[in-house]
Amino acid sequence: MLTFTCPYCGVTACEAELSPGGEAHLKRFGPGSTDEQFEDYLFLRPNVKGVHFERWRHAMGCGKWFLAARDTATLEVFGTYKAQTTEPPADIVAAIRAKRPDWSLT
Amino acid sequence: MRRYSAFAIAREAARHHLGWERAWRSPTPKAHYDVIIVGAGGHGLATAYYLGKNHGIRNVAVIEKGWLGGGNTGRNTTIIRSNYLQDPSAAIYEKARSLYETLSQDLNYNIMFSPRGVMMLAQTQHEIRGYQRTAHANALQGVATEFISPRRVKELCPIINIDGPRYPVLGALWQARGGTARHDAVAWGYARACSDMGMDIIQQTEVTGVRREGGRVVGVDTTKGYIGCGKLGIVVAGHSGVMAERAGFRLPIESVALQALVSEPIKPVMDVVVMANTVHGYMSQSDKGEMVIGGGADGFNNYTQRGSFHHVEETVRALVETFPIISRLKMLRWWGGIVDMTGDRSPIISKTPVEGIFVNCGWGTGGFKAIPGSGWAMAELMAKGHSPLAEEFSMTRFREGKFIDESVAAGVAH
Repeated sequence: MLTFTCPYCGVTACEAELSPGGEAHLKRFGPGSTDEQFEDYLFLRPNVKGVHFERWRHAMGCGKWFLAARDTATLEVFGTYKAQTTEPPADIVAAIRAKRPDWSLT
Repeated sequence: MRRYSAFAIAREAARHHLGWERAWRSPTPKAHYDVIIVGAGGHGLATAYYLGKNHGIRNVAVIEKGWLGGGNTGRNTTIIRSNYLQDPSAAIYEKARSLYETLSQDLNYNIMFSPRGVMMLAQTQHEIRGYQRTAHANALQGVATEFISPRRVKELCPIINIDGPRYPVLGALWQARGGTARHDAVAWGYARACSDMGMDIIQQTEVTGVRREGGRVVGVDTTKGYIGCGKLGIVVAGHSGVMAERAGFRLPIESVALQALVSEPIKPVMDVVVMANTVHGYMSQSDKGEMVIGGGADGFNNYTQRGSFHHVEETVRALVETFPIISRLKMLRWWGGIVDMTGDRSPIISKTPVEGIFVNCGWGTGGFKAIPGSGWAMAELMAKGHSPLAEEFSMTRFREGKFIDESVAAGVAH
């Protein structure tokens, strides 16, 4: 069972208290974009086997959306951070590098 | 290949069973094949089988990272049905179901197809309307289903509690020719038939890279070295995204865990398959007497073949309410598989942006029942470049907005 610490209310919650929301840091496309860009944004996913950035909602707690870094091949959680960012913060990247030296942020 | 028969059993019994052949060969890979299929699960092996049987393409290798049928083919709950709403889904699943009817004879391998009947319970007014609509659609598609009353449900499956306090049974969609089959035997039977046609099944060999020249596939790098190919079929379910990345394109797929469990064996109590989609659980009894139970998929990306306990708890809680008799059963085994979910929960059987590479994936939580039809369509697509059964399942449908509007996967509300 996964546990995450909500970066807003500080509660360490198990996944039964949370709702998964899919991949984080999606590049959004609006009016005027091409069909390819919409397909990319709406459907295509790298579906990474390894370090994955993703959205979770503290549904049974404070109700806020937050982001997490997790390994989809081991279920290890590297850390959580607030959603008001377009890329993972430096401390999360450092925490991942410490455990996955070969990993790089693409 | 020596055929299996009653005579063969008698012959072997008379000589201490020393004459049984290995069901398939384990050859060393050749330098080049006309077609390489990645993934020796049900869908990959069925693709290879129909390439040989229907299209005469027999210089084929099936390359498998682990062991044959060790992924989702050996992890599903073995349900076979074709009671879908939309025409493309009904067509391919009914093709598969009808092939299952005679697959044992076709392969000379007992896959234990048991058309015991599948019922999908209607437990809300919304479901009644939905399943009546499906029954009408099925009548037009030539799929034999009917909407039955709660009394008939109780007759067909006496252990159901039709007056449950929260979700009374209001009727059911009944497909009498649906049922179950022995999932491992489907993979083994196809493998034996493929090997007999001269195809190479190469286990314990991972495809680590895909080589392309001028936008066209020329071969694959594997843990046993480079192997050339004319065409490449990627049929790897949960790892489709990983393989697509190696081949240089992306798929509208996310991989999540789906769990199932079986109880200790008990005396026969139900001879039909029951799916309860509102409460999200389904159950049947295996020939050994175990109650085989499945539920919904987990919600997050996962490659570990391990799921979350609370999903199993939800499934079991719902089924105990529908089948009070199972409340004190002990569970014997519990496992997970990695399923590949597409944006519209329907499969992909398609050409790809790379010339010569074809992909068959996205079966999500509903792949086993489709194996013969999926292999049939994929083989036709790879051999001829076009297959009527696969037409609507192109990977370009997401860009074009031509979704197949139903949760094909399990008929379960996703």
